[in-house]
Amino acid sequence: MATLCYLSGTVGYLVYLFRDREQLHRISWTILLVGALLHGIALLMRTVDSGHLPLTTIQESLSMFAWVFVVTYLVLQIRLQLRILGSFVSPLAVVFMLSSSLLPSHIILKNESFRSGWVIVHVASLFLANAMFALAFSLGVMYLLQERYIKKKNFGFLYERLPSLERIDSIAHYCLMSGFPLMTAGLITGFAYAAVVWHSPWSWDPKEILSLVTWIIYAVLVHERLAVGWRGRRAAWLSILGFSATLLTFVAASLLLSGHHSVLSGKM
Amino acid sequence: MSHIVLLGMSHKTAPVEIREQLAVACCKEVNPLHLLPHLEHVDEMVFLSTCNRVEFLFTCNSLAGGIRDIKAVLRTHVGLPASVAVDSYIYVHKDLEAVKHLFMVASSLDSMVVGEPQILGQLKDAYRDAVEYRTARVVLNRLLHKSFSVAKRVRTETCIGSCAVSVSYAAVELARKIFGDIRDRSVLLIGAGEMAELAAEHFLRQGVHRMTVANRTLERAMELAARFKAETVSFDRFLEELKTVDIVVSSTGAQEPVVRYQDVRSRMRERRNRPLFFIDIAVPRDVDPRVNEIDNVYVYDIDDLQGVIDHNRQERLNEAQMAEHIIDEEIIKFKKWMNGLGAVPTIVSMREKAEKIRQNELRKTFSQLPQLSDRERGAIEVLTASIIKKLLHDPIVFLKKKAQRDAQATYMDFTQQLFNLAESGEGLENRDGQRQDSPLSGREQDAEDQTFLKTAKK
Repeated sequence: MATLCYLSGTVGYLVYLFRDREQLHRISWTILLVGALLHGIALLMRTVDSGHLPLTTIQESLSMFAWVFVVTYLVLQIRLQLRILGSFVSPLAVVFMLSSSLLPSHIILKNESFRSGWVIVHVASLFLANAMFALAFSLGVMYLLQERYIKKKNFGFLYERLPSLERIDSIAHYCLMSGFPLMTAGLITGFAYAAVVWHSPWSWDPKEILSLVTWIIYAVLVHERLAVGWRGRRAAWLSILGFSATLLTFVAASLLLSGHHSVLSGKM
Repeated sequence: MSHIVLLGMSHKTAPVEIREQLAVACCKEVNPLHLLPHLEHVDEMVFLSTCNRVEFLFTCNSLAGGIRDIKAVLRTHVGLPASVAVDSYIYVHKDLEAVKHLFMVASSLDSMVVGEPQILGQLKDAYRDAVEYRTARVVLNRLLHKSFSVAKRVRTETCIGSCAVSVSYAAVELARKIFGDIRDRSVLLIGAGEMAELAAEHFLRQGVHRMTVANRTLERAMELAARFKAETVSFDRFLEELKTVDIVVSSTGAQEPVVRYQDVRSRMRERRNRPLFFIDIAVPRDVDPRVNEIDNVYVYDIDDLQGVIDHNRQERLNEAQMAEHIIDEEIIKFKKWMNGLGAVPTIVSMREKAEKIRQNELRKTFSQLPQLSDRERGAIEVLTASIIKKLLHDPIVFLKKKAQRDAQATYMDFTQQLFNLAESGEGLENRDGQRQDSPLSGREQDAEDQTFLKTAKK
C-alpha cells in the first residue's frame, strides 16, 4: 500500500519536474504523506505483533529506513519550501521500498540481548543520520546537475526548475551538519553497547569497519566544509560518495558478510 | 450598445522624438482622467502612461465622437503642437481588438523587452488612478480585473517572464541561478565600457549590496562611482578585491587578459571557495577562459551571454504562442460577458415588472384578508415569490443564452414587446424608485430573493 502511494507520489513529482504547477506539488506531497502514514501504521503493527522493532531482517530495516527518509523529507519540505527536491527524494524512496520487497527476508534468530534502550538510541540516531545523508545525496545530485548546466553553458531542460547553487549547497550543508552528530552519537552508543554486551567495543565485524569508513568520509567532508570552506562540486561528490558507502554498509555488510551485525541485520 | 476603444501610441508606432515627449509627460502631475466630465462621448476611461507608451482605454457610444475627444486629450496631455501630425503614430483598437491589445500589454507581450514584469504594475497604478477618479465603472472594472488575471495566467502557465533577452538581464538571471538572492552580494566593475555600465546599472537596480569600480583612469572611475554610489579601487589593486566580491563585470580595452588563471586560483582558498561569477563583456576577452575550470568559478563572456539570450529567445517564441492562446481564450470569455450585459437591462426590467405586479396583488389580497396571521402572510409571500421566480427562470435562461448570439437585439426586442416592458416600466416607475436600471441591480435582486427565501423558510 505504502509503496503504491510512494509510487504515485513519485509519478506526481516527476510530472512536477517538467511542469511547474503549484497544485501538482501539493497533491504529490499529500500522497507521500498518506503513504508515510500507512507505512508508519504498518510498521507499528509489526512492532506490536512481534514485540520488537521490525528490524530483524534486511527487508524490514530497509523499509523502516525508507519510512524515516520520507518522513524527514516531508518535515524538511515544510521548513524549506524546496519543492523540486521532492522529485529527487521520492524516486529514491521508491527504490528503497522496492528493493526491500525484493531482498530475501531470511529470518534471523532473536536474541534477547538486543532488546535494550541502547539499541533503540543506536538504531534511531543512525537511521535519522542516514536519512539526512540521503537528502544530502539528493541535493548533491541536484547540485552537480545545475553546476554542469551553468559551467558548460548548456542549459538542459532542468535548468529552469532547479534552484540556485548557493541554496542547494546551503541546504546540503544543513543536512550534513545535522546528520553527522547523529551518526557520531549512533556509533558511540553502538560501541558502548558492544562494550557492555560483548565486553569489547570493537570486534572487527565487517559492518563496523565499513561504518567507520563511512564515518571517516563524512568527518572529512564536515571538516573540509568548516575549516577550509569546501563547498560546491567537491562537497557534492563527497556527499554522494558518503551515501554510497552508507548503502554499502547497510546492504552488503548485512547480506554478504558475516558478523554479529548480520544476526541483527537492521543494526548499522 | 457601447464600444470599448483603446487609443494610444507606443515604441512600436512612435519614433524616439515623440516618445521622449511621452517620457516627459509621464512624469507630469496632472492626470488626464479629470477631464472625463468634459468629454461628451466618453463614458468610462483608464489612462496608462509609461515611458514607452501612452494609452487611453475608454468606452463610448459613438465611436467617431469618442475617438475625436480622446485624441484632443492626448494632444494636450503630451503637449504636442497642433502642427505635428500624430495620426500616423496612433493606433486605435476597437472592441475585441482593444481587449486583445490590453491583454497583450498586461501580459507584457507588447513590451519592448517581452516578458519584463514592470508593465503590469504600471497598469495596476493606472487602474488605481481610474478608480480614484471614478472613471472606471462596470465595463472597464471588469476588463481591467480580467486583464490582471490574464497576465497572471500567462505568467504562471508559460515561462515568458523567466527568460531574459538582453545581456544585462541574462547576466542577472545567471547570477540568480548561482547565488540565489543577489541582494547581499557585491559587484566589482573593471573598466567602464558602455555595456558594462548597463549591466552594472541592472545589478544595482536588482539591489546588490555593494559596488566597487576599478578603472585605469581614476577620473572616469570616480565619475561612475558617483553615479552608482560605488567605491573606487586603483586598477593595479583590483585583484585583491577578488577575495571579497561575488560578481565581476569586466570590460576593459586591454589586449591581454587582465584576470589570469593563477590570479583567481590563488585567491579561492581565501574566499573559502565562495562562488565567483565573472561577466566578461570585453572583446578581446579580459578573463582567461581557463578560469572557468576552477571550482566554484563561473566565467561568461559576451558570446556565452549571447548564447543564453538566443536560447531564451527561442524559448520565448514558443512561450509567446502559448501566451497568445491563453489570451484568445480569455477574450472569448470576456466577449460572452459583454454580450451578456446586453441582456441585463431586459432581464432586470422583466424581474421588476413581475415583482411590482406581485407586490400590488399581495397588497390587495392582504387588505381583503385582514385576519391572516403573520405566518400565513409569510407563506403567501414565499408562494408568490417562488411562482414568479420559477415562471421567469426559463425566459431568463433563454435570454442569457441568446445574448451570446449576434442576433440578440431581435430577441431583446421581442421579449420587451412580449412582456410589454417599456410601457409598464414607465407606468410603475414611481412606486419602486429605488430599483435603478443598472446591471448590478439584477444581481442584487437575486441576492435579495435568496435571503428572503431563507428567512421565510425559518
